[in-house]
Amino acid sequence: MAKIIGLPKLSPTMEEGTLVAWTKKEGDEVEVDDLLAEVETDKATMEFRSFDRGVLLKILVPQGETLEPDVPVAIIGKAGEDISDLLEQVASKSASKSASVPESASESAPAPESASAPESASAPESASESAPAPESAPASGRVLSSPLVRKLARERSIDLRTVEGSGPQGRIVKRDIESYAGPSAAAAGAEGERLPPRVVKASSMRRTIARRLTESKQTVPHYYLTIDVDIAPLSDARSAMNAQLEASGEKVSLNDLIIKVAAATLRRVPEVNASWMEKEIHYHQVVDISVAVAVDDGLMTPVIRDADRKGVAEIAREVRDLAEKARNRKLQPEEMSNGTFSISNLGMFGIEEFSAVINPPEAAILAVGTIRNEPIVEGDAIVPGRRMRFTMSCDHRVIDGATGAKFMAAFKSTIESPLTMLL
Amino acid sequence: MREIRYRDALREAMLEEMERDESVFLMGEEVGHYQGAYKVSEGLLDKFGERRVIDTPIAEGGFAGVGIGAAMVGLRPIIEFMTWNFSFVAFDQIISNAAKIHPMSAGAVRVPIVFRGPNGAAKQVAAQHSHSCAPFYTNIPGLYVIQPSTPRDAKGLLKSAIRSDNPVVFLEGETLYGVKGEVPDEGVEELVPIGESRLARAGGHCTIVSWGRPYYTVMAAAEKLSAEGIECEVIDPRTLRPLDTSLMVESVKKTNRCVVVHEHWPYGGPGAEIVDRLQREAFDYLDAPLERVSSLDVPMPYALNLEDTVLPTEDRVIDAVKRVSYVK
Amino acid sequence: MMVIRRFEEEAARNYAKGKIGGFLHLYIGQEAIAVAAAEVLEEGDYIFQTYRDHGIALARGMSPNAAMAELFGKDTGCSRGLGGSMHFFDVERGFLGGWAIVGGHLALAAGTAFKAKYSGEDRVTMCFFGEGSTNIGGFHEAMSLAGLWKLPVVFVCENNQYAMGTPLERTSPLKDLSIKAQGYGMLGDRLEGHDVEVVRERLGAAVGRARAGEGPTFVEILTYRFRGHSMSDPAKYRTRTELEQRKQQDPIAVVRGRLVDLGVEENALDDIDLEVDEEIDAAVRFADESAPAQEDVMMSTVLVAEDGS
Repeated sequence: MAKIIGLPKLSPTMEEGTLVAWTKKEGDEVEVDDLLAEVETDKATMEFRSFDRGVLLKILVPQGETLEPDVPVAIIGKAGEDISDLLEQVASKSASKSASVPESASESAPAPESASAPESASAPESASESAPAPESAPASGRVLSSPLVRKLARERSIDLRTVEGSGPQGRIVKRDIESYAGPSAAAAGAEGERLPPRVVKASSMRRTIARRLTESKQTVPHYYLTIDVDIAPLSDARSAMNAQLEASGEKVSLNDLIIKVAAATLRRVPEVNASWMEKEIHYHQVVDISVAVAVDDGLMTPVIRDADRKGVAEIAREVRDLAEKARNRKLQPEEMSNGTFSISNLGMFGIEEFSAVINPPEAAILAVGTIRNEPIVEGDAIVPGRRMRFTMSCDHRVIDGATGAKFMAAFKSTIESPLTMLL
Repeated sequence: MREIRYRDALREAMLEEMERDESVFLMGEEVGHYQGAYKVSEGLLDKFGERRVIDTPIAEGGFAGVGIGAAMVGLRPIIEFMTWNFSFVAFDQIISNAAKIHPMSAGAVRVPIVFRGPNGAAKQVAAQHSHSCAPFYTNIPGLYVIQPSTPRDAKGLLKSAIRSDNPVVFLEGETLYGVKGEVPDEGVEELVPIGESRLARAGGHCTIVSWGRPYYTVMAAAEKLSAEGIECEVIDPRTLRPLDTSLMVESVKKTNRCVVVHEHWPYGGPGAEIVDRLQREAFDYLDAPLERVSSLDVPMPYALNLEDTVLPTEDRVIDAVKRVSYVK
Repeated sequence: MMVIRRFEEEAARNYAKGKIGGFLHLYIGQEAIAVAAAEVLEEGDYIFQTYRDHGIALARGMSPNAAMAELFGKDTGCSRGLGGSMHFFDVERGFLGGWAIVGGHLALAAGTAFKAKYSGEDRVTMCFFGEGSTNIGGFHEAMSLAGLWKLPVVFVCENNQYAMGTPLERTSPLKDLSIKAQGYGMLGDRLEGHDVEVVRERLGAAVGRARAGEGPTFVEILTYRFRGHSMSDPAKYRTRTELEQRKQQDPIAVVRGRLVDLGVEENALDDIDLEVDEEIDAAVRFADESAPAQEDVMMSTVLVAEDGS
């Protein structure tokens, strides 16, 4: 049976070889180990000896060609053997080999494109990252500190820019951190127990919250009205709306609906939509609802303008956008000022009811609790009910008890029959 | 406990192991009739005879190789180099053969052999006879490298080395042979495990890692520093390969600083290896750069004053400890 | 001898195909020596060889499967793929390694002989090396100690005329290397290596002396490798005429001619050849299909674990 003979790998590093000379010609007898050809490799001119015995039936590659190892160069077999199949095999092999070249070229083509994409994307990012640096870095540049100090600073939330270093080149070392935290802290740290309080500088937002709420609680005479409502109708309405909205990909929350109901109720009981301005009372002509949003390390109150005139879906969109902005600290001052009424919802934490602090100069804030599934008595029967409690904190200077109660009653009736909003 | 010299501790280890196991024998130059160039093998020939205490010609490559061959087929040779400086003419045997046979045979052949002898500077024996050899051998996977500092560790570790199924490079010290220290009483057998470091001195301010001859320099420096109020914690790794850093890391977590003191040259070696591991394993606990006190980067000079300068000195150790402690 | 010859030819073929890597040193032309040595050694004896180690391993009884799989870098190889062509091991058969630092293994052979003497065991060590080894210090030290201690070892110098590419006359002042034995207080012998019967007789005598406690022998055997030093050696330092002349003394042709003279049918010999072909082909298939060398074996054999595993 004839065999295709490939160019042998004549050295471990041989990538290609040149057929310098055939020493046998077609028709010659070949013994194992007979010299077939001389091949020039990266190392030397090497002998290409036969591993087979028989007759050299066909030389496939002329002298002078440079080839990779394993490329067919000859066929050895018995004298007179039919080798047409083998020749065909050789031909198809070399065809598929040449075809593979453009394939790999096209594979590499998209590479630069995809490589450049993340590069350009990252450029603005790194620019925005470096932007705040000049602000925060001290004039002296990098803060030198030992790895231990950096670990301690992380643990104790110490800003190393505020610590003076006593080591070489002003390096901040352990003893600097210890004296910074105070002698008692150092002693406690050394004992390894009874850690001192973690000292954190108050952020400006924190200080604003503290100032405004202290002022509110100290100067505004708060009183509180709590009402328990059947939330099932509104909850069902919400489900129906969401079913309608499904195609658009939008969704409304119960809170969005509560904003809407509160806004509508403010239109019906406008005395609550007011502000105490010392010598005068301002009754607002617009209904702008402040919505409390928890953010890292604080609280923000973006405002939904003209909530009474907006559809629930629109309110939902606005709440979502503004809350997102608040969490990313992108809220503009005008987006969180001049509300006329506030809503705060802690229902998602399971809080049943609570009393909120009024956000002056608004005169009221509505605190929303969680949905409670509980038995209720309906006529003679006990039926499953879905209930929710609302507590309104009122500024007594503007809203008297009866006015407040009137608002709460109207609010309850709208919540329990949402369709009346359409009246 | 009783006090004996380092040299006698080594002899006791060999004697006890040769009594215990007939496959253990000692081979080397002048180990028999001469009673040992440094008298470590004194008396062993009388006890065990020429069959098991074998004087060789001056042919380190030859008798190291004979030892390895004998170990391949079941004996437990102790090959003594008169000093480790002469191991360089047997380097091929230790590195290409002893360390490679087990892995190259995929675990089919074991080489339970100990190469031992004095290592490092003695006194004024100059450039060719003062090599501290740990860096050469610790780089080789397939070898254990042990360098005991005290008589107790010398005895307990040599016994463990003889019983190990792996090739062991056992680095002693000519200047340590006369050092006295406590070892367990006769009849009390103690095997010090290979690959475990030892807490040599407790202290909360600065960690020092040291072994071999400079270990004693460090212990003296630590006393002086203590008088100034700086308490050093000293860790002796004892085995350099495999290296046990657990005690060092624990200590650095407490002291936040460390000085490594070693006799070998500063370029690479176990000193650099320890520093590398500590900066990774205790990074967040470091309050100062890790420092090394090594022999100066020169071939050993003959003159005594210069030799004293080249080897790690108490002053250099004290300076380094103060530097990393930010004390002037 | 045919097994070795065909194994080596097939190894060369698979090296050319890229199935075998690194260095590959073939024993083609020297087969009579390995076969004769295996004949005169007993079970329990030890053998050391250089990196040209396939021949003696096979002669000692290693299966072509294990040998070929090692060349292919497979887990089923005699050194589980960690040794390769130059580092065959077969501890069960006392084959203690192919060694690849010239002159480095002679002292090891003295060591196993030392152990036999130390323990009073009836074991002979036979250590092979090339004439190139006789110039390096390792040769001198091992011969010195073996001679001094009268160790039961036979040092077999396979003088194939070329230390890699340099002919003997340019590396040694001596033409007859066997006289070196005198310098080490041992007997020397010198013979041609193409006739397996001659080699068997003379190695047998040396092994007999070692076994009888008469000490080591240094045997120089003149031989010739038909291939280059390794696969990447074109062997330009010798003429084709020289090679063709040497091939007239092909040890396989010699033994075949003698068998035919003794009345063995050519056909019977051809049948043996065919059988060998099949065995070696099977070894290549086995090697090809075997699992690759294993990382966990590599990691777990650097050192013996202290629990002894």
